[in-house]
Amino acid sequence: MSQHHVISVLVENKPGVLARIASMFARRGFNIHSLAVGPTAEPEMSRITLVVDGPEMEQIIKQLYKLVHVVKVTEMMPADGVEREVMLLRITADSERRGEILDAAGIFEAKAVDVGVKTITFELSGTPAKLADFLELMRPYGIVDLVKSGRIALTKDAKTRNGRPKLRSA
Amino acid sequence: MSETLTGAQALIRALELEGVDVIFGVPGGAILPAYDPLLDSPMRHVLARHEQGAGHMASGYAHASGRVGVMMATSGPGATNLITPLQDAHMDSIPVVAITGQVATRSIGNDAFQEAHTWGISMPCTKHNYLVTDPNDIPDVVREAFHLAATGRPGPVLVDLPKDILAGTMTWHRAGELSLPGYRPSVKGHPKQVKAAVDLILHSARPVLYAGGGIIRADAADELRRFAEMANTPTVTTLMARGAIPDSHPLAMGMPGMHGNYAAITAMQKSDLLIAVGARFDDRVTGDTTTFAPEARIIHVDVDPAEIGKVRAVDVPIVGDAKAVLAQLIATMQKALGDGAAPERAEWFATLRGWQEEHPLHYHQEPEGPIQQQYVIEELHRLTGGNAIVVAGVGQHQMWASQFWGFERPRTWVNSGGLGTMGYAVPAAIGAKAAMPEETVFAIDGDGCFQMTMQELITAATEGIPVKIAVMNNESLGMVKQWQNLFYDGRLSAVEFGSAAPDYVKLAEAMGCAGLRAEHPDDVTPALEKALAINDRPVVVEFRCDPGAMVFPMVPAGGSNDAIVLSIEDLA
Repeated sequence: MSQHHVISVLVENKPGVLARIASMFARRGFNIHSLAVGPTAEPEMSRITLVVDGPEMEQIIKQLYKLVHVVKVTEMMPADGVEREVMLLRITADSERRGEILDAAGIFEAKAVDVGVKTITFELSGTPAKLADFLELMRPYGIVDLVKSGRIALTKDAKTRNGRPKLRSA
Repeated sequence: MSETLTGAQALIRALELEGVDVIFGVPGGAILPAYDPLLDSPMRHVLARHEQGAGHMASGYAHASGRVGVMMATSGPGATNLITPLQDAHMDSIPVVAITGQVATRSIGNDAFQEAHTWGISMPCTKHNYLVTDPNDIPDVVREAFHLAATGRPGPVLVDLPKDILAGTMTWHRAGELSLPGYRPSVKGHPKQVKAAVDLILHSARPVLYAGGGIIRADAADELRRFAEMANTPTVTTLMARGAIPDSHPLAMGMPGMHGNYAAITAMQKSDLLIAVGARFDDRVTGDTTTFAPEARIIHVDVDPAEIGKVRAVDVPIVGDAKAVLAQLIATMQKALGDGAAPERAEWFATLRGWQEEHPLHYHQEPEGPIQQQYVIEELHRLTGGNAIVVAGVGQHQMWASQFWGFERPRTWVNSGGLGTMGYAVPAAIGAKAAMPEETVFAIDGDGCFQMTMQELITAATEGIPVKIAVMNNESLGMVKQWQNLFYDGRLSAVEFGSAAPDYVKLAEAMGCAGLRAEHPDDVTPALEKALAINDRPVVVEFRCDPGAMVFPMVPAGGSNDAIVLSIEDLA
């Protein structure tokens, strides 16, 4: 996890903006680990949260800025931001072990959203580390299916941040 | 008083408002609506014989004039044929705008006749591109396209217009205020960095000013010369920057890089400070980056922040326009110097002179032949007094032209540097001549390059654009053959054309041009004189050149700039 960087990209909400970013990453040989896109408080802007592999962070940020529809790029250090992912996890749960599984899920505040004859599906949101821990805990029971959202993140309020200067360019 | 126009009429009016005087294009189904109002416009349309030709014409126009070049094509194959010129312009930061037709919006995505996903295909080879979906957007999109093409780091912009958008109606309005919140190119450099740069320069014993194509793009040649003089720095000009400082200037060192001269390459290699302005540390300049200019600290001035630190770590980064930053450097240095002068650096200059005297560019013309390309280039320079725009294709002839033509002015050297597009010269020369009709435009082309785009001579002849083309006929793909000779044990694979065809004189005449031929060194001067005297139609002069000649010096690809190959004997 240490090599992953989270960058938050504020973009104009124009058709094809995601394709432009994906194309730039492919063209420059940069790797995208996860990606999430969604609206912001301003309707003409969207926010794209990317988890990318280093070490070329400076180039990645500069190349993002070269895209005309990219308005602002913020690299987030783990301490600077609030990061969340959502996971849906279906595990094998026969009647004998169902109680045990539900107890463990309770500790993680995972919600059972679908229960079948032989499986339970949990919904869990939280930090990437929390999701990873829950996954490890559930693995012995047998994972049937798994889907994770891309990571989303916001910087913490300025007052709580450690004053690290933000990267920006023209 | 609202006026209803078709999208096509709005497009033509918007192009007129941008000051466009020439469009290079080829019509076709989807772009048809735009060609109708063009009939009533004062803008000239040059009908190319292939869209690639139209694209390079627009680029040659922009190269020579500094104005935005415009190319136009239809959907599908018309648009895909523009991709090479767009990528070429992208690599060399040439301001061009491409207007392409597209199938009607309701047909997009249905594999309609002559449909191609132009927006997606052109995305990585443009600075920005548009698919217009409402005719009312046309004035703003055209304004933005020209603004983006010409400002910041210039480049190509494509506007894709579906047929129904061109045929549909809109209420005419001029473009509003630009709304580009993500596009704020820096112009002036940070004063602190400028100060730091001046300090480094004044304390440097062995500086080299490394001038790149950005100098030409920013019209900063005057500032470059003044700065070089004030700072007393020898100045190398990359392939894209030839003419940025006059080659006759005592500080001018000529071209560095793979086929640069020994002194220019070695000056960079041994320098303690490289001042890069509008240059991007291209692999053809640096050779192996791990051994490139090991003792040099780096000042890097570029309008594109992404170029700074991309290849080489930088000591003083300055983001800004070359012209504006050089003016700042001049002012700051003036202040720092007061009544004094920059360091004399007598030892450094003596060393450089020594290298120049020891290893000058050279060639030998045997009186009985075969003709050496360098001789043709030098003769042409002598006969024109260097007063011409020189256009080159890509390969040996291009390197010799860059080496042996003494460039005295910016925008007199038009060539394809970054992409290395063979076939560039003929159409680019036509574009340059259309932009600068008073100038003599002489293309120095290889026979391989010439055969890739020679059909555009018909365009030149029928449109009355009297360019002059020297075809350096060595009956082969000379540069590729050179590499096979040097690095593949002389095993020549698919590089020899044979001497049978074509007959360039007949070919030229068939296309409406004058055709001349020089087979013996004694023919060279009369042929060039004749070519320079014909101004009522294009001229093609074939020079039967030495098929075995090689370009030296040479730093083999990926090799170190410490190991310059000066002649074939060095490799024995």
